[in-house]
Amino acid sequence: MTTVAEAGGRPDARMDEHPDAQGRGGTGNGRRRRLALIASKGTLDGAYPPLILAATAASLGWEVGIFFTFYGLDIIHKRKHRRLKVAPVGNPALPVPMPNLLGALPGMTAAATAMMQGWMKRAKLPSVAQFLDIARESGTKLFACSTTMGVMGVRHADLVPGVDIAGAAAFLDFAADADVSLFV
Amino acid sequence: MSVLVADRELDCKGLLCPLPVYQTSQAIGKLGPGQVLKVECTDPGSLEDFPALARQRGLTLLSAEERDGMQVFYLRKEAA
Repeated sequence: MTTVAEAGGRPDARMDEHPDAQGRGGTGNGRRRRLALIASKGTLDGAYPPLILAATAASLGWEVGIFFTFYGLDIIHKRKHRRLKVAPVGNPALPVPMPNLLGALPGMTAAATAMMQGWMKRAKLPSVAQFLDIARESGTKLFACSTTMGVMGVRHADLVPGVDIAGAAAFLDFAADADVSLFV
Repeated sequence: MSVLVADRELDCKGLLCPLPVYQTSQAIGKLGPGQVLKVECTDPGSLEDFPALARQRGLTLLSAEERDGMQVFYLRKEAA
């Protein structure tokens, strides 16, 4: 049990639950906490979780890196990141549960996408493009998977500014010192 | 309870995670050491998020209250 005096005299009762927290997302040994994310999904609903976690971790004073791989690369694709979609097929969680056969009909993907964009707008949540701005402004490292780029024929010029091309080794080197690592 | 006086106020009513924490983080950056920020939220998650933000950023959470579906926080920035 850490006393208030030991916790730097802060009258925050919760300090005693985290005696290693020393502010600025510190780990107690003078290093900032670090979050390493792998973003592997190229859908609108798949793009938000890593971007929300990244913005939050940066707000907590953490270092953040996101490795965009396979379809996740679309999140940082100049053209495609503005056109990410929600797939109604294989998605039983839609508000109006839709048999896959109907979900595959023309226009259904556009309808599901428009619906989610509407929710996001009403909730005043930033768009994917705005979240990418937040990530860059907060110093989040954006790694573009070089293998995906090679496989899918994506060039550096196709990606949004501020992206580093990296292989798995470079990301693992970053993630080796991470306090939290998540595959999204 | 003593009366808390804020040097700055932030209105996060109607905003959902991560915006209250993000905007508060931005506002904290503009505070001087010892200054106090008052934040008003309506995202019920903020009751857990703001103690976490305070812990991670080394801020003092002077007060956290919920009234009529609104959460009010007073955060003090400490000297570095």
